[in-house]
Amino acid sequence: MTNEADKQETPSGEMEAPLKAEVRRFNFYYGNAQALKEISMPVAERRVTALIGPSGCGKSTLLRSFNRMHDLYPGNRYEGEILLYPEGINLVAPDVDPIEIRMRVAMVFQKPNPFPKSVFDNVAYGLVVRGITNKTEVADRVEAALKGAALWEEVKDRLEELGTSLSGGQQQRLCIARALAADPEILLLDEPTSALDPIATAAIEDLITELRERVTILIVTHNMQQAARISDYTAFMYLGELIEFGATDELFVRPKKKQTEDYLTGRFG
Amino acid sequence: MAQTALDEQRKTASSEGGKSALLQLRQGIVRRRRWDLFFAAVGFVATMVGVVTLVVLFIDLILDGYEHVLRKEFYFNFPSRRPSEAGIYSSWVGTALVMLVTFVAAAPLGVAAAVYLEEYAPKNWLTELIEINVTNLAAVPSIVYGLLALGLFVYILNFGQSILTAGLTLALMILPVIIVATRESLRSIPVHIREAAFACGATRWQVVKDHLLPYASGGILTGVIIGMARAIGETAPVITIGALTFIAFLPPIPFQNGAGAFEWLFSPFTVLPIQMFNWLSRPQPAFHDLAAGVGIVIIVATLLMNGFAIWLRYRIRQKLTW
Repeated sequence: MTNEADKQETPSGEMEAPLKAEVRRFNFYYGNAQALKEISMPVAERRVTALIGPSGCGKSTLLRSFNRMHDLYPGNRYEGEILLYPEGINLVAPDVDPIEIRMRVAMVFQKPNPFPKSVFDNVAYGLVVRGITNKTEVADRVEAALKGAALWEEVKDRLEELGTSLSGGQQQRLCIARALAADPEILLLDEPTSALDPIATAAIEDLITELRERVTILIVTHNMQQAARISDYTAFMYLGELIEFGATDELFVRPKKKQTEDYLTGRFG
Repeated sequence: MAQTALDEQRKTASSEGGKSALLQLRQGIVRRRRWDLFFAAVGFVATMVGVVTLVVLFIDLILDGYEHVLRKEFYFNFPSRRPSEAGIYSSWVGTALVMLVTFVAAAPLGVAAAVYLEEYAPKNWLTELIEINVTNLAAVPSIVYGLLALGLFVYILNFGQSILTAGLTLALMILPVIIVATRESLRSIPVHIREAAFACGATRWQVVKDHLLPYASGGILTGVIIGMARAIGETAPVITIGALTFIAFLPPIPFQNGAGAFEWLFSPFTVLPIQMFNWLSRPQPAFHDLAAGVGIVIIVATLLMNGFAIWLRYRIRQKLTW
């Protein structure tokens, strides 16, 4: 309490949940352009952490660092640490295999992106990649994942239909099921509802609240109300910097920084 | 208030000065329309020059050769000095076998090269140089491939003037077509599908094999078939490597009369366009009709292949929505 700087460094002291991941003095560069500057924040286990901020603030960039998506494109560079607990490995370290990270940290994208394959094959893909070929096991886990994504009742008779033939909201829940099938430790959601109508959005939000019991969730959202509704912790980012991090109730009601307050009250963004 | 202002404007427009302005406007439109019509006429004529010429040529070919095309013996007789007994048995078998070799050699090589260039190769000056070269190779005259093959396959590798040599030569020729088509097809797969696959923890090869190749297969097959359709009519490179113009036997059938599985690969051969060329260069008109018959066979084969490619692409694209 006495050392303010220390508290900034590890805000985990305030959290009741154990840490699942921790970002420490993290920088990210697209070529020579620095997109993230000295980000430090905790990610609580089995809690929902929301990243908010205006377009271009780096929230998606930060999210995509968690499963090494940036490795797919040349010229990108990570600096600093994103520690993944319990082992505490730095998941952006060059000697850490991005494939291992992507198997532990699953991702759902902004635009629903099911493969042009059957509903079943879509969900099973994460298992296929791991070399799980036992048919009953795959079928069981696909069913469990679809139930977990609250989609089973709607698609149980349509498992052989193309995933792309579902409605937008169903497609996004299919993508969540695909991410869940292989039991990830962290689920990354990159504006998962921005392409959906209000009803589909509500279904996804309910789902996120349910999933919180099972998996650590990091969600990027454009929609402040959404962050307020579903998240336990919120990080406000602006121009590549983390401006404020705190419990969602705290941050929305009593923001400590002027910029946070201005953004929350709609003065910019 | 705003309404009255608008009315005011309308009144001005319909006044004396407005009328002549309107007249001028209409005259301008008439003038511009005339050019429109004029160009439509020019364009129509330009289109027709190509289409009519082709149709006339094709009809001429059909009139000359249709009798032969409808005869069964035309397909199962060897060439002969007597036009009434001459057929294309050896040349269509030759074409079919050469095409088989071309397909087996060109398809895997082309697809593998395209996948490497598109998915694996680092983006630097070397790969860019290779890209430019590959694209330009498609425009190299086919006889140059024939010369190259004569040196490489016939003299250096000692494959002889054989089906193998011809197949490999044509494979080299259509390789750029396949590479370009495959790359186009891979590129048309949206980034978010790739990212979805990678995010599941797939390796690059898993992404290629489970997603990119299946989704690109329509475009790839189209490229392969269009390449083959081009190769089927090629004469120059096949003559260069020394295809015979008169052949009255078939390549050895595998495992018969003591032949090995691959002896046919080293057999002398002829192909349809060479047979056509051969008959055309004879003085007797009867042979010209036979040549027209071969022409019809080649054109129909090409059309069938292109039609199959279009159908295939349609079938596969239909299933793909992103």
